[in-house]
Amino acid sequence: MGLYNDTVMDHFMNPRNVGEIEDADGTGVYGSPVCGDMMQVQIKVKDDIITDAKFKTFGCGSAIASSSMATTMIIGKSVEDALEVSNKKIIDELGGLPAVKVHCSVLADHAIKSAIYDYAQKNNKTYKGLEGFDPNEDDDDEGATE
Amino acid sequence: MSQTRRVYLDYSATTPVKEEVLKEMIPYYTEKFGNPSSLYTIGLESKAAIDKARAQVAGLINADPAEVYFTGGGSEADNWTLFSVANAMKTKGKGNHIITSKIEHHAVLHSCQFLEKNGFEVTYLDCEKDGTITPESLEAAIRPDTILVSIMFINNEIGTIEPVEALAKVAHDHGILFHTDAVQALGNTHIEVKKMGIDMMSMSSHKIYGPKGEGALYMRKGIKIPSFIHGGAQEMGKRAGTENLPGIVGFGKAAELAGENLDKHIKHCTDIRNYLLDQIKKNIPDVVVNGNMEHRHPGNANVTFEYIEGESILLLLDSFGIAVSTGSACSSKSLKPSHVLAAIGVPDEMIHGTIRFTVGDFTTKEDIDYVIDCLTKVVSRLREISSVNSKKGW
Repeated sequence: MGLYNDTVMDHFMNPRNVGEIEDADGTGVYGSPVCGDMMQVQIKVKDDIITDAKFKTFGCGSAIASSSMATTMIIGKSVEDALEVSNKKIIDELGGLPAVKVHCSVLADHAIKSAIYDYAQKNNKTYKGLEGFDPNEDDDDEGATE
Repeated sequence: MSQTRRVYLDYSATTPVKEEVLKEMIPYYTEKFGNPSSLYTIGLESKAAIDKARAQVAGLINADPAEVYFTGGGSEADNWTLFSVANAMKTKGKGNHIITSKIEHHAVLHSCQFLEKNGFEVTYLDCEKDGTITPESLEAAIRPDTILVSIMFINNEIGTIEPVEALAKVAHDHGILFHTDAVQALGNTHIEVKKMGIDMMSMSSHKIYGPKGEGALYMRKGIKIPSFIHGGAQEMGKRAGTENLPGIVGFGKAAELAGENLDKHIKHCTDIRNYLLDQIKKNIPDVVVNGNMEHRHPGNANVTFEYIEGESILLLLDSFGIAVSTGSACSSKSLKPSHVLAAIGVPDEMIHGTIRFTVGDFTTKEDIDYVIDCLTKVVSRLREISSVNSKKGW
């Protein structure tokens, strides 16, 4: 009997890619401790491929699991493909989240996009997947898909 | 993770039924099953068992047995009090203003909010930083149309013991009824309803090693309020429905044991709880203890672990077989952080990292050593993962 399924628990108990990248090419921070979760995602990019990603998360079990899963999903992908990782895809990979926890996956989705946004800004790049993306948008429930 | 060791530190949520209590209850499911309202032998025996239980519960709070009415739990006793007093007083034209506090249990708070939607006015008193509700704040809130004051005896989250005797005096000085939700207080502190001037008091069985689904309302002799559950003439005509006979018998036995063991229980829990707090402070940096250390539930330790979130702590402790609860929004279905911690001024980001440990009769020092060992690992692991820390600050 558990609050979450086995995949979520595995990513919570044994999170992948925890940490920070000293010479990161892009850093995204999303959420706020006041709201109960805050996520930092950092990426290394080479030849438009995300070669590494690390995260740090203040948050509940599903926030940590979503961060872990999200980083595993973008490593090795092209930047444009990584931008396709939506909160729905994160939830699917996790095998589902309780309805009240869906916003945790949105947070991971936004943190990744924020990291890529930072990379794009620093390198004068534009990506189709970033069109209309505002890293400072504070409503983390926007666009939530169950 | 396979774990055989289990440490239960959530005695304020519920308690296991004690063997002695269960033993008393069992015959009332099988051979002693008679309806207490029936006039033949096994019915009368059931009636006698209820009378005995009533005397046992009355004994624990120094009331007359005729002042104890069994209910289906503490929440029903709270609802009964609020709705029946409100309606009776309004009908009599005495007023429609109720005073309670911001840190009450939801059984009181949500009942008050419901009454507000039905034309009553409610004042929710603030509390001090340690959770104390002062007689002065009550005095200042009283109006000519105030009909009821309902302030809890012990807060369920931070364990603060409220000055009920002084609060009741303020209410009485103005001729107002005083009710207290004593669900957390029963069996955890000395309660003398007459000396303390309590008019009505809600109690629950499953917090004192009795069965769930059973509780009682103490109502001082002379107070007349309408029934909440209408039907038969059970409970002196005040609470209809065939009695939960085994539940009542169990509650009675649990109350008797709680009375006999009260001083021992308080000392045991206080010692173990203080050991837990000392060890936490000694082994884990950046922790804050919430509530009042002097006037406190003997088993309650409410601790904020900075820079990490409570549901994560709870889940990892659970993987070690340890059961605790948290004030974090993430653990609640409503996603709202604890209203009690907010009322004592704990910032939201710290509320999310707050854990309530409550020890009880079966908690040992060895249990605490195991908990400290696991907790130290859990907290440092989550702090490694966290995006905030003591260096960066919030």
